[in-house]
Amino acid sequence: MKSNTRNLYLIPYVLWILLFVVAPILLILYYSFFDIEGQFTLGNYKKFFTPVYLRMTLSSFWYAFLITAFSLIIAYPTAYLLTKTKHKQLWLLLIILPTWINLLLKAYAFLGIFGTFGFANSFLELIGIGRKQLLFTDFSFVFVSVYIFIPFMVLPIYNALEKLNPSLVDAARDLGASWWTTFRRVVFPLTLDGVKSGCQAVFIPALSLFMITRLIAGNRVITLGTAIEQHFLVTQDWGMGSTIAVFLIIAMAIIMVATGNRK
Amino acid sequence: MKKLVQMFAAVFAVAMALLYLASHLNTTQGYSGDNTLTIYNWGDYIDPELIKKFEKETGIKVIYQTFDSNEAMMTKIAQGGTTFDVAVPSEYAINKMIEEDLLIPLDHSKLPNLKYINPRFLDLSFDPKNKYSIPYFWGTVGIVYNPEMLGGKKITSWNDLWDKDLRNQILLVDGAREVIGMGLNSLHYSLNDTNKAHLQEAKRKLGALTPNIKAIVGDEIKMLIANEEAAVGVVWSGDAAEIMSENEKLDYVVPKEGSNLWFDNMVIPKTAKNIEGAHKFINFMLDPKHAAQNAEYVGYSTPNQKALDYLPKEIANDKRFYPDLDSAQNLEVYENLGKRMLAYYNELFLEFKMHKK
Repeated sequence: MKSNTRNLYLIPYVLWILLFVVAPILLILYYSFFDIEGQFTLGNYKKFFTPVYLRMTLSSFWYAFLITAFSLIIAYPTAYLLTKTKHKQLWLLLIILPTWINLLLKAYAFLGIFGTFGFANSFLELIGIGRKQLLFTDFSFVFVSVYIFIPFMVLPIYNALEKLNPSLVDAARDLGASWWTTFRRVVFPLTLDGVKSGCQAVFIPALSLFMITRLIAGNRVITLGTAIEQHFLVTQDWGMGSTIAVFLIIAMAIIMVATGNRK
Repeated sequence: MKKLVQMFAAVFAVAMALLYLASHLNTTQGYSGDNTLTIYNWGDYIDPELIKKFEKETGIKVIYQTFDSNEAMMTKIAQGGTTFDVAVPSEYAINKMIEEDLLIPLDHSKLPNLKYINPRFLDLSFDPKNKYSIPYFWGTVGIVYNPEMLGGKKITSWNDLWDKDLRNQILLVDGAREVIGMGLNSLHYSLNDTNKAHLQEAKRKLGALTPNIKAIVGDEIKMLIANEEAAVGVVWSGDAAEIMSENEKLDYVVPKEGSNLWFDNMVIPKTAKNIEGAHKFINFMLDPKHAAQNAEYVGYSTPNQKALDYLPKEIANDKRFYPDLDSAQNLEVYENLGKRMLAYYNELFLEFKMHKK
């Protein structure tokens, strides 16, 4: 009887997984074996290993890495500071707040800010550096992406730091560890799980970014996500689009395993 | 557990209330029943006043939806589940939709205003005898530029874009056929060239243009050029007209090597529910006064001969937007090149985008 009801509770979960996780992945795998005219082929996979797509893969990984690294560098001290403030919930809310605003609106706002006559350039001129091209550069692309992803990095790290037992830090200090050693040997290892899940939450979506690549980087940065969008919407080469998606899924699985918790 | 059930009940109740409210709003605005007409058009491509007038004259409630590419529109219509009564695809898309049996033949007896259309725009190769489609707007692809930012320099040809002085000054539209076509045109090849050697040559030539290109963007191009973010843009003529109305310093030119001539036509897709109303709407838009009002609002060129009389002289006589089509400077219409060739164009475009400076 008891195990029966438990199985009953499992139904929504299993249905969900089957319909929205397993089935789509199988569909993508299925489509990746067809060419543009619906003939069975392995050509899509062969095409993926041509210089065009390999370079695209490499640059996707490079940008995703940059975005994750900068997010981490900014997010860790921020999260640390947050745990020390008086009105934690308020500050946390302020960091989450931008995620309530539509991504497209934020991207458009940056078009104005980084423009030749925008706010950022006026400031550069004011401090004597002079106008620079900001829009459509690698810098603006990474900057805006980091801005968009940072809440997803701050939250897990903040949670990990909150869970940290402060007496451990006190003990380390009592035993004569310097501030740096305490951080390196006690605080960081204990919050590593938060850092890992933060990195996953940033790196994986960053790998398949699109739209920002057009709006902010002016198609000067081409990621795998852009290519998938192109193949599905413009070329209607669903096979090639699916093949790229298959490789993205494999890459993500590898990252999940590599950064996963081995318990 | 009790709390959980309560929460579920609350969420369910709110969802039901919203559902009821939405359907109530729809019925009070006349969104149900057969007295509606769903129009599927490009964004910002009709004077909203005309929709209001049509609703008032006929008592038909118009639902207006937009798309941003022919491909997206075709996918949506082909997959069904929609009730679009009128759509406005471009010529090569119409050709494809006829092939795929997605359109309903028009009843010309219900479209008396068709007589106002310039015969030059009727009976074209993509739809002989206009069995399925009626001209809505036409235009070209060309270069909009800011002479002031270029120190008074004039641009007249595609090859002018390769000038070293234009470093980092060019914005392109994000369209494979437009950009590859520009490369082909600059080499004096046809826009519908399917010779792979020619296409590779065009791609190599475009690669050399990379240092001059600032970005490849979508609809934002209008805002960016009007704000003088870049001096030169490759755009559709109507976008150019819109940009020029915002920034008077700008000029538009159809390059002398030749360019694309395109037509957007009104069609009735297979998904239509209100075929009678769709004919009424098409005929309404063909009325010269309405066509003129629409052309003035949208900025593209109207195929309606009589409508030119109602347009301000400076628009109707502007050779940049109403070029003399018979002496036409090698203007070419896109042909439906087939999926495989289109994929090849897109592949080259992707490679071009990946060129590093």
